[in-house]
Amino acid sequence: MSDSNTTPLLEVDNITLRFGGVTAINDVSFKVNDGELFSIIGPNGAGKTSIFNTISQVYRPQEGDIRWKGDSIMGIRPDAVARMGIARTFQNIELFAQMTVIDNLLTGRHIRMTNSWLAGSIWLGNAKREEMENRRRVEDIIDFLEIEQWRKHPVALLPYGFQKRVELGRALAMEPELLLLDEPVAGMNLEETEDMARFILDIQRELGIAMILVEHDMGLVMDLADRIMVLDFGQQISEGTPAEVQSDPAVISAYLGSEMAQVSQDTSQ
Amino acid sequence: MYRRPLLRTQYEQDAAIFPTWFQKVALGLVILFFVLATLGAPGIEAVPKKFLGNTWIDPVSNMMPLLIAALGFNILVGVAGQVSLGHAFFMGTGAYTAVTLGGGGDGGIKACVPWHDELGLLEEAGQCGLGLPMWIWLPLAGIVAAIIGLLVAPAAVKVRGLYLAIATVGLVFIGLHLGRTFPEFAGDFESGRRWPKLQFRIWKEETPLVDFTEDGQWFGLIHLAEEQKQLFLLMTFVGIFALMSKNLIRSRTGRALQAIRDRDIAAEVMGVPEFKYKRLAFAISSFYAGIGGALFASYLGRVSPVDFSLILSVDFVAILLIGGAGTMAGTVLGTVFVELLPEVVETFTEWLSDQLDGSGPASWLANVLLTSGSGDFGAIATAAAAPGWPMSVHMWNFAIFGVLIVVFMIFEPLGLFGIWLRIRNYWKSWPFSY
Ligand SMILES: Nc1ncnc2c1ncn2[C@@H]1O[C@H](COP(=O)(O)OP(=O)(O)O)[C@@H](O)[C@H]1O
Ligand SMILES: [Mg+2]
Repeated sequence: MSDSNTTPLLEVDNITLRFGGVTAINDVSFKVNDGELFSIIGPNGAGKTSIFNTISQVYRPQEGDIRWKGDSIMGIRPDAVARMGIARTFQNIELFAQMTVIDNLLTGRHIRMTNSWLAGSIWLGNAKREEMENRRRVEDIIDFLEIEQWRKHPVALLPYGFQKRVELGRALAMEPELLLLDEPVAGMNLEETEDMARFILDIQRELGIAMILVEHDMGLVMDLADRIMVLDFGQQISEGTPAEVQSDPAVISAYLGSEMAQVSQDTSQ
Repeated sequence: MYRRPLLRTQYEQDAAIFPTWFQKVALGLVILFFVLATLGAPGIEAVPKKFLGNTWIDPVSNMMPLLIAALGFNILVGVAGQVSLGHAFFMGTGAYTAVTLGGGGDGGIKACVPWHDELGLLEEAGQCGLGLPMWIWLPLAGIVAAIIGLLVAPAAVKVRGLYLAIATVGLVFIGLHLGRTFPEFAGDFESGRRWPKLQFRIWKEETPLVDFTEDGQWFGLIHLAEEQKQLFLLMTFVGIFALMSKNLIRSRTGRALQAIRDRDIAAEVMGVPEFKYKRLAFAISSFYAGIGGALFASYLGRVSPVDFSLILSVDFVAILLIGGAGTMAGTVLGTVFVELLPEVVETFTEWLSDQLDGSGPASWLANVLLTSGSGDFGAIATAAAAPGWPMSVHMWNFAIFGVLIVVFMIFEPLGLFGIWLRIRNYWKSWPFSY
C-alpha cells in the first residue's frame, strides 16, 4: 500500500478495553495507511464499535497505544481527535435531530471555521463571508449525496436511509483524512445499499480519504475493502486481503460455516 | 439556476433572517404599528388601549428589558439545552452593577456605608454609587454578569438536566441573601433603592445629552412625553439584541450549541468542545440577563432584591414553554404573552366592573363573573380579597399560567410558535388540504 519508510496514518498497538468484568477489546493491533480502505468484521458484540470509540477517545483503553501519524493520541479529548482529521458515523444514527440537514452538515464544518460568538453575533465582514463560503461547501456535499430535496428539513423527519446519508455527509464536511464508518448500510434495502457503496467508492477514489469500514454485509466488505481484520469476542482472529481472510480456517470456524462460508462459496463459483 | 429553480444560488439571500419579501413587509408593518401607536396616532393607539388600558405604554416598556433577558435565556435553555433557573440571579447581578456604577452621584462610593433603618439613613444609603454615565454602566452590567456566569459555569456544566435546574436555583437564593447582607448597595430588602435614570451623558455633567426621563422637544423635531421616549429607547435596545441573538443562533457558535443540545457525544466527536461551549452559553445568556436586569431596574426606577427572586426565573421558563423553546419568534411571542396577559386580564376585569350597573350581555357577564365581597357566586374577586375562593385577578393570572404551561407541555411542545406554523401551513395549502 505505502512505502515501508512512511509512517502509517493510524496505528493501534495492543489495546485492551474492559468494562468491569467484560473485556470488549483484547490486545488488538492494526494499522491503516493513507488512502486505504480497511475493514473490521465480526459478529455482534465482537468489539467493533468499541474500537471506534477508543479511536475517537470516547472510551479510554486500559492498555495499549493509539498513534496518529506517529504521535500518541491517548488521553486527548474527542473534539481534539476530530480536529486532527478523524471523522466518523455511528451505528445508531446520532444526528442533531432538531437541526436541518444544512445545519447538521454545517456543524461538520465547525472545525474548518473560525468565527467566534461575537463575530457571529454581529454577522459582518469575515464572519458572514466564512458562513457563506462554508455554506457553498456544504451544498457540494448535498449534491454529491443526492439529498437536495431534504436540505431544509429537520433531520428527524427524514427516512432512515437518508439519515444515514446525512450522517455520512456530516462526517465528510469535516474534510477528514480518516473516516470511520460504523455499519453504513445496516437496515438498508438493496438499492440504498448500492447507492451507499457507490458513495464509499467515490470517497476513496476521488477524495482519497482513508476509511475503516465496519459492516455485516459481507458482499459489500469483500468488494470494497483493501484489507480486512476479523474480530471475535474482542480477539483479533485474522487479518489480510479479502481473499486471505475468506480462506482462513480460523475465520471459517469462528463463523461456524455460516455467513462467511456462504460468501466463500459465492465468490469461488 | 435553470436546473434547480428552487435552489437559491445566492446563499446570502437564503440565510437572510427574513428570506421572503412577505416576511420583510410584515416586520416593517409591525414596527410601523408600534412606532405610530407610541406616537399616539389616534386610530392605532386605540388597539393597545383596548387590551392594556390607557396606560398601555407602561406594561409594554416594562416588558422590553425582560424580552432582552428572555433572548439570553433562550440561548442557554432553548438553543444549548441547559435548563437553568438562575436567570433572575444574573439579572440582579446586572442591575446591582448598574446601580453601583451609575447610581447616586452626590455621596459617591462614600455613601456605601452600613446603615440602620432606625437612624433614617435609608434614603442616603440608596444614594450610594459612582454616578457614571449609562454608556459605562449598561455594557458593564452585561459584562460583570457574564463574568459571574463564567465563574459559576465550571460547576454547572458538570451536572445535567433536572440537577442543573436545581443547582441553579441555589444562585437565586445566594442573590437574595447577598441583597439582605449588603443593604448599602441594595437598600432596604423590601422597598429597595433608587436606580440611575435612562439618560445619556458624556461624563457626569449636570444636563444630560439626551434625557429619556423628561417630557420635551426631541432634537427640535417632535414633542414627546417621558414614556414615549423611554419606550423608543427600550425598543431600540431590543432590536439590537434580537438581531445579535438571531445572528448568533444562525452562525457557527449557535450551531455548536444546538449540536450539544441534541447529541452531546456526537457534537464532541464532530469537534465541538462540549464544556467550552456550555460555559460560553452560560456567559452569553448571563450577559443578556445583565443588560436586561440593568434596564429593567432603571426603567422601574426603584427595585429591591426580592424582585430578583425565583418567581422571575420561573417567568422565563413559562416564556419558553408557552412561546416555543429554541426559536426567536417563540421567545418574542412567549414574552409578549407572559408579560402582557396579566394586564389584559386586569383590563378586562376593570371593563367588566364598569358594566355591572348597565344592562345587556356585558352586564350579565359581569354579574356572573365578578364578586365584590362575599355573598354572590362570582369567580373573580374585585375587592382585595384574602387567598381562597373567589380568587383575585392576581391569583387568576397565576392559575391561568399554571394551566397554560401544562397544556403547552402536553399538546404543543413548540409553543405558540408551533401553533403559528400550523396556521401558516394550513393557509399555504388552502383550499387544498394536502
Ligand atoms: N459502554 C459500555 N459499557 C459496558 N459494556 C459495553 C459498553 N460498550 C460496549 N460494551 C460491551 O463491549 C462488547 C463489545 O461491544 P461493541 O463494541 O458494541 O460490539 P460490536 O460493535 O462489535 O457489535 C459487548 O459485550 C458490549 O456489551
Ligand atoms: Mg457495533
